[in-house]
Amino acid sequence: MEFKPPAMLPDLNDWMSTKASGTMNQSVVKVSPFSQFFRNSTRMVRTRNASFVAMMIPAVLIIILMMVFPVLFTAYISLHDWSAATVKSPQWVAFANYEQLLFSDARFHSAFLRTIYLTAIATGLETILGTALALLFHREFVGRGLWRTLLLLPMVTTPVAMSLIWLLILDPSAGVVNWGLRALGLPLGTWLNKTATVLPSLAMIDIWQWSPLVMIMVLAGLSMLPTEPFEAAAIDGATPWQTFWKITLPMLRPYIVIAVLFRLIDSLKTFDIIFATTQGGPGTASETLNLYAYTTAFTYFRLGYASAILVLFFALILAVSLVLIRLRREPW
Amino acid sequence: MVTHPSGRRLRARLGSFLQYVLVIAIVLVFSFPILWMLLMSFKTQVQNLAFPPVIIFTPTLENYQNAFVQNPFLKFSINSFVVAAGSTLLGLLVGAPMAYAVAHFKRQDMAFFILLARILPGISYLVPWFIIFNTLQLIGSYVALILTHLTVGLPIITWMLIGAFEDVPSELEDAALIDGCGVFATFRMIALPLTTPVMISASIIAFIFSWNNFLFSLIIAGPDTQPLPVAIFQFLSYMNINWGGLAAAATLVTTPTMIITLVAQRYIVSGFSLGAVKG
Repeated sequence: MEFKPPAMLPDLNDWMSTKASGTMNQSVVKVSPFSQFFRNSTRMVRTRNASFVAMMIPAVLIIILMMVFPVLFTAYISLHDWSAATVKSPQWVAFANYEQLLFSDARFHSAFLRTIYLTAIATGLETILGTALALLFHREFVGRGLWRTLLLLPMVTTPVAMSLIWLLILDPSAGVVNWGLRALGLPLGTWLNKTATVLPSLAMIDIWQWSPLVMIMVLAGLSMLPTEPFEAAAIDGATPWQTFWKITLPMLRPYIVIAVLFRLIDSLKTFDIIFATTQGGPGTASETLNLYAYTTAFTYFRLGYASAILVLFFALILAVSLVLIRLRREPW
Repeated sequence: MVTHPSGRRLRARLGSFLQYVLVIAIVLVFSFPILWMLLMSFKTQVQNLAFPPVIIFTPTLENYQNAFVQNPFLKFSINSFVVAAGSTLLGLLVGAPMAYAVAHFKRQDMAFFILLARILPGISYLVPWFIIFNTLQLIGSYVALILTHLTVGLPIITWMLIGAFEDVPSELEDAALIDGCGVFATFRMIALPLTTPVMISASIIAFIFSWNNFLFSLIIAGPDTQPLPVAIFQFLSYMNINWGGLAAAATLVTTPTMIITLVAQRYIVSGFSLGAVKG
């Protein structure tokens, strides 16, 4: 820890930053330049830090009760065989649940692959579409604010409610989408009703709802880009295509990656739209990890096994997120 | 190749016309499910099942009447409001001081914890919550619902406010401290007024996410405290798909969030883009 020699007046910024870069450790505070001028400063600072700590207490208590405890409990119970359908207390089975999941549960393996597949289509298309929308809505035109606002609406609608509406819209016999296809002389879709089309259809609902979010985040990036590189490119006679690939896109990358990170995490966890439309069906054709965990816990009441699914599921999302965070920091 | 000046201008004008057509087409496609929902909510069951779909018809209010008269949708709406507003207010009450302290201690690792909160599958909370609230005899109570919804709002509020408090010029706070203000007074009189816009953004987003939450309410809510998303889901199974009724219910569920967005669009955009800029 470095300190400047005491000046005539306490350097407040320095005092703030030394204290901040340290921890709540009292020894750091004791030698702050402030103590050169105020005899009671140590006590003052200590009281002050105590107030700051006090401000955190309510939130920390809530986080411990509502989030930390449940997570630890889930991890603990995943090492047990525990069925809520019987009165038997949880039996310690060590890693047996994990062994079964990883090596012999075909339903888990399919759910895992479906989760990846759904996330890949949804996030991939949301990123491309959202970025394209941002580029379009960044341009100047009349009523831009209003059009942008209207485009935000899907994002704030209630997923369960809109999923049910999509269920009606995509209904193979009476839905409006198939009517439109028929009117245009195109082949009709089976949408949510057939194994082959159910996951892309769910992805479509997700894309409808969340592309606008990617758009907002990329728009925020676009509005913060410096103008000089574009002027330089224009002077050098770069084509719009070159400017886009060589300047705009690389400079937008951090914003796009954050949008992808948020969408990836939430797509992996997609629950509402699947539960409201297909509940994992037809058969188990749209049963993702989240749905499988839910069914295991609340239909079969196998709480230990469901907890093990959730722990593995968490590990998957965490791994994907960490890879993406690394991608954001490192140059390509 | 020489382009005639007026030809170039014509081409530019054509370009901006095509761009406008594209913008309108995109907005129409994205609004279509919402518009169709509104349309369905004013149709009878026969009109809704007609093939080809009826576009011009005499609107009926029957679906909305049924929602309020045959089903206690008013009660569900009140439940939704109590839970969303309660969890947002409580989130501000405990989240703002927390964010202020975190900003003061400059704990960057907090960002990671908040990301963790986002990563955790919501289902993993459900069994422990059920056990906790069952022990406390709180299953189905507003208190339990508000506390569970808090896990949606609190990370959002804390995250956005940490950034806002860090941006408050430290000179102002130092001046207040030197003038003898305590930490709490500085927080209340300097930091809070300066971060009001962010607080509004965070509250709106926390409110919307709580309003839209389905999973937590599905497990924790009781018959009397059911919020709208759970109620509408059961509407589906009771009615054996009464299309108009379902559309009216969906409209009632999702209209408040859309109105908030139309009115407070600025706050929503800055709230959502904050994640991109600050993250």
